[in-house]
Amino acid sequence: MGFIWFWLVAVMIVAYVVLDGFDIGVGILHPFIARTDEEKQLAIRSIGPLWDGNEVWLLAGGGTLYFAFPLLYASAFSGFYLALMIVLWLLIMRALGIELRMHMQVAVWRTFFDGLFFISSALLAIFYGAALANVIRGVPLGDDGYFFLPLWTNWNLGPEPGILDWYTVIGGVLALVALALHGSLYLTVKTEAALQSRSRSASIYLWFALFVVTILSLPATLAARPDGLDNYRAFPLLFAVPIIIFAALAGIFYFTRKRAERKAFTCSCVYLTMMLVGAAVALYPRLLPSSNDPGRDITIAKALSGPHTLHVGLIWWTLGMCLAAMYFVVIYRMFRGKVSLASSGYEH
Amino acid sequence: MTALILHRIHFGFTITFHYLFPQLTMGLALLIVVLKTIALRKRDERYNQAARFWMRIFAINFLLGVVTGIPMEFQFGTNWSQFARVTGGVIGQPLAMEGVFSFFLESTFLGLFLFGEKRLSPLVHWASAFLVFVGSWISGFFIIVTNAWMQHPVAYRVLPNGAYEVTSFWGLLTNPWALIQYAHNMSGAVITGSFVMSAVGAFYVLENRFSEAGRIFLRVGVIAGLISCTTQIFPTGDIHGRYMAKHQPATVAGMEGLFHTQRGAGIVLMGQPDEEKQTIDNPLIVNNVLSFLIYGTTKAEVQGLDQVPRDQWPEPLPLLYYSYHIMAGLGTYFVLLMAISAFMLWRNQLFTTRWVLWPLMLSFPLPYIANTAGWMTAEIGRQPWVVYGLIRTSDGYSKYVSAANGLFTLLGFMGMYSVLSILFIVLVYQIIAKGPQLGASAPVSEPLTVA
Repeated sequence: MGFIWFWLVAVMIVAYVVLDGFDIGVGILHPFIARTDEEKQLAIRSIGPLWDGNEVWLLAGGGTLYFAFPLLYASAFSGFYLALMIVLWLLIMRALGIELRMHMQVAVWRTFFDGLFFISSALLAIFYGAALANVIRGVPLGDDGYFFLPLWTNWNLGPEPGILDWYTVIGGVLALVALALHGSLYLTVKTEAALQSRSRSASIYLWFALFVVTILSLPATLAARPDGLDNYRAFPLLFAVPIIIFAALAGIFYFTRKRAERKAFTCSCVYLTMMLVGAAVALYPRLLPSSNDPGRDITIAKALSGPHTLHVGLIWWTLGMCLAAMYFVVIYRMFRGKVSLASSGYEH
Repeated sequence: MTALILHRIHFGFTITFHYLFPQLTMGLALLIVVLKTIALRKRDERYNQAARFWMRIFAINFLLGVVTGIPMEFQFGTNWSQFARVTGGVIGQPLAMEGVFSFFLESTFLGLFLFGEKRLSPLVHWASAFLVFVGSWISGFFIIVTNAWMQHPVAYRVLPNGAYEVTSFWGLLTNPWALIQYAHNMSGAVITGSFVMSAVGAFYVLENRFSEAGRIFLRVGVIAGLISCTTQIFPTGDIHGRYMAKHQPATVAGMEGLFHTQRGAGIVLMGQPDEEKQTIDNPLIVNNVLSFLIYGTTKAEVQGLDQVPRDQWPEPLPLLYYSYHIMAGLGTYFVLLMAISAFMLWRNQLFTTRWVLWPLMLSFPLPYIANTAGWMTAEIGRQPWVVYGLIRTSDGYSKYVSAANGLFTLLGFMGMYSVLSILFIVLVYQIIAKGPQLGASAPVSEPLTVA
């Protein structure tokens, strides 16, 4: 049961990162590649009807985490208190940036909401990357399963880490670049003409940056979590994960050069998925490792809910996911193809 | 201030602000379905245009509900981690189900509803409005199930590690408390929706601008208002009160300001409770009514706070007392106002009777206050328990999140929500000032990208 729920939660997190990832990417990129007001509108409309549904994965995933692993939810959410609160504020600001721009007739306000969308998206990406890096590095868990981390201490790994240290900053930068690239590939699929060609050239620059940071992140991760390869050594088949990661990276570059936008975007989805899977494999069966004493690790067994809860949960979760998949097919089909201002169907 | 108090204020402030939006979302969703249904059945385009106008307000209101709602789900873990840790196996379930069954549905069909009117047939567009309504009401149901378990825990057992687990999934979902509370709460949401709709209608009619639309708003708003205001008191409020008296006698005693157990207890209409002297100052009391309301006979004995150990009194007691009295007082006013308005509507005089239109226009903030006061009655009334009779609130909060950190983020939310309030008022005011485009054939291109 624990194994199943570990991967079900992982699936939801992956869905969130892959889907909301391109919304965040569009937010990071649009000030740089959309020059006119019209282009900015296009960039935002490419995610307009989709971003809210994408964000629901965060809520549904958070709720699922809460009932399947209450100890993890309680410990991690209170321990990363400050960072989480900032993420909540950023999510609010991003929603306003996307939605309220159109209601403003004054150019100054539009610029303001564009700025809000950019800053909140960029910081969200950094915080998400740093959050994942925190989980990989581990936190100073107490005997009672709780901890509290300040935002930063001395920026070093060690007995008293902060939420931000050199390793988690690398994680943040990696997420920033990866999601910006994800967004630029998405925009290349959804737009035409000048906007598309600017997205494409941004993709190329971002690809080189991502390549460097990805390679840098590997030794850094082993420094932060020396036992990170144990599961891989035990099941060498798992080394397929890093191989797929680099194949997907190569695919992004190859297909972008060949102007096969959809394939390049798909490779980026595979890249993000496999990065997360790779981290999950390294952690399993830990959910939140302790940085000071392996005996205090929050493991699946320690955090798992009662058996009846999980059995019933499996039934409605499956049903709910089938429904959700259906909704996503409906809405993505409805808004497929290139965005344009004329045929956008906003009649009010 | 202690950490406990700060965490309570933190949750109280963010949930109070949040619930300003969903109550209109749920109420308005129903009324929009009503407008769309009339348009479809009578083939009357004016009702479609009316629905389109409310759709614009709905979209902004929904957005604010979404952005202020996300912090709620996270705060169980951030500020109430010990509570979350032991009850996750129970209440994590409805919370996760809300995301899985309601939010996906809502976000998808709101997208279709807002963006798709031209691409979809009228029937499919009606269906998307209907599904948005269903989604928002399902969402409300799961939240009530969560709260009802905290008010009246059922179908649980304690695991060896001290955590709680559900023993019967259906038992959790059909908690009698949840069903009663749900009926009472949804009726309250419809009251907010109908008062807002009537207020805008009264404004247009008084102003003599868009008065054709204004009359539609008034008609739908007043009829829905009369129905929901009545069901709010009877049967939902009545049953809720009796059930509460049975299972949370301390709460009812606190709400009524009843310090001493009494045979033929009277109801306090006004007065200020004095906790020290255990009396009501400046009382205005109607004899025997409380006994009658709870037990159906004027002679029955009603349990007072003197039967409750001092450390189990709801606190802050005066706030509980005032919340309840504000809710009940406003509820009475709502029935009166809507009954008079409906009578005038029936006599075909409403649209010209200024002394009714004025209070209709000005009263729209009151349901917000009444709904808030109702929830404060429920939540303060539950104190000092976070799960009634099982877990004390003082054992539920995050011990490692200091008072200073709690204050820091509370101030942050206050600042953020002040800005949200201003933006909301400006945007909704713009929409109301611009008015519905009745009879205009060319669609006005004002992009709305909420989905």
